[in-house]
Amino acid sequence: MSLQARTAAADVVIVGAGIMGAMCAYELASRGLSILVIDNGTGGATGAGMGHLVVMDDNPAELALSRYSIALWNTLRKRLPEACAYRNCGTLWLAANDEECGLAEAKQARLVEYGAQSEWISASALRQLEPMLRPDLAGALKVFDDGILYAPATARWLLHQQDGRITVQEGDVTRVEGNRLCLSEGGWLTAPAILLANGLGAFRLLPDVPLRPKKGHLLITDRYPACINHQLVELGYAASAHADDGTSVAFNVQPRPTGQLLIGSSRQFDTLDKRVEFDVLGRMLMRAQDYLPGLGELNAIRGWTGFRVATPDGLPLLGQHPDQPGLWLALGHEGLGVTTASGSARLIAAQLLGEAPPFDPAPFRTERFVGVASHTPGAAA
Amino acid sequence: MITVYLDGQPLVMGEGLTVAAMLTLSESSIARLSCTGQPRAPFCGMGICQECRVTIDGRRQLACQTLCQEGMHVERTV
Repeated sequence: MSLQARTAAADVVIVGAGIMGAMCAYELASRGLSILVIDNGTGGATGAGMGHLVVMDDNPAELALSRYSIALWNTLRKRLPEACAYRNCGTLWLAANDEECGLAEAKQARLVEYGAQSEWISASALRQLEPMLRPDLAGALKVFDDGILYAPATARWLLHQQDGRITVQEGDVTRVEGNRLCLSEGGWLTAPAILLANGLGAFRLLPDVPLRPKKGHLLITDRYPACINHQLVELGYAASAHADDGTSVAFNVQPRPTGQLLIGSSRQFDTLDKRVEFDVLGRMLMRAQDYLPGLGELNAIRGWTGFRVATPDGLPLLGQHPDQPGLWLALGHEGLGVTTASGSARLIAAQLLGEAPPFDPAPFRTERFVGVASHTPGAAA
Repeated sequence: MITVYLDGQPLVMGEGLTVAAMLTLSESSIARLSCTGQPRAPFCGMGICQECRVTIDGRRQLACQTLCQEGMHVERTV
């Protein structure tokens, strides 16, 4: 311990006050621990994303985590204040043709295994439910428990719960070594556990963690009388979301409680350029207009970008660093961090306190990509 | 001189004014109400701040980026 070291700053110090850090703070403080959250105020994926709470089923681990997480959000949602803008609008996964109807059927079968309720909506019923959609769609799968919320306000609210056991401090962490960290203003902080929940910011602290940014564009319209009622996503979305390279766009539109439409989505790899790229934005909007022909009549008021932080296998890193006792990671949630914040925080808390995990933690273990062993050929299987 | 209708009321003015200028010449320069019901008026005057969103001939547009035309109908967004 250096001469500058202080006594423990808190039971757990969390780096990052986005939705993941805030939910971990909320979860750990609910068990009586004192939590210090340090954030550098630059903002990350929490402020840039859509805030879609959605069960994703591309693999069993993602389905288990997202389904468990949605169930936790459902127990929390009644307590969220209006500023969090939670709505249980459900998701409509849109099928454009027979092939996508098959995808919907397979999706429904996977979801039911995990207790996620869904219903097939016929083409004619879909036209009644969402008259703004183009009329020739083949139908949609409605997933009932999905919803939306405003993640920055929700993170703020979470950090103010638990009877003052959570303290938030502005600061820039420049180094992490096991259970201690260094702040740019000088001085080390130690704690029994340090948790990194700072998304892309973890790059600087742990350069050997293979996190890859995936840039996304979003655009929001002016307020109008409600014209869509569910989060609308094309069934081809998963193909775009999991493409490994190149630029892709997929239709994904969310009705905001204000009457605005939040329009996505795009994916680009290996750029950290925050600027809106009009060719990508244009492709994204053409895709959106293909599904919502009336979109061109609406006035857009803002466009922006953000970065999803992805691991090589698309699943987050949740657990203790294999070579640095006392250092914990909740990183790499890609585009699903708002959804999975609740389940990820529950798993981190269980592991930290030696409780039984709420679901199989193996697919999320940090040893996959972190630490000496992960760099040995064949070790990261 | 041209005639423009603001929330249905005729206003007679010279040519070459923006809708934002026309709002300022009217009894109230309010363009719209915010989500929480606060009045908002043209601010930046150059199409960036998005405060002056009004409905012009049925379509939502920026008042500061639109010139008044004879017979134009402008509705404040409330």
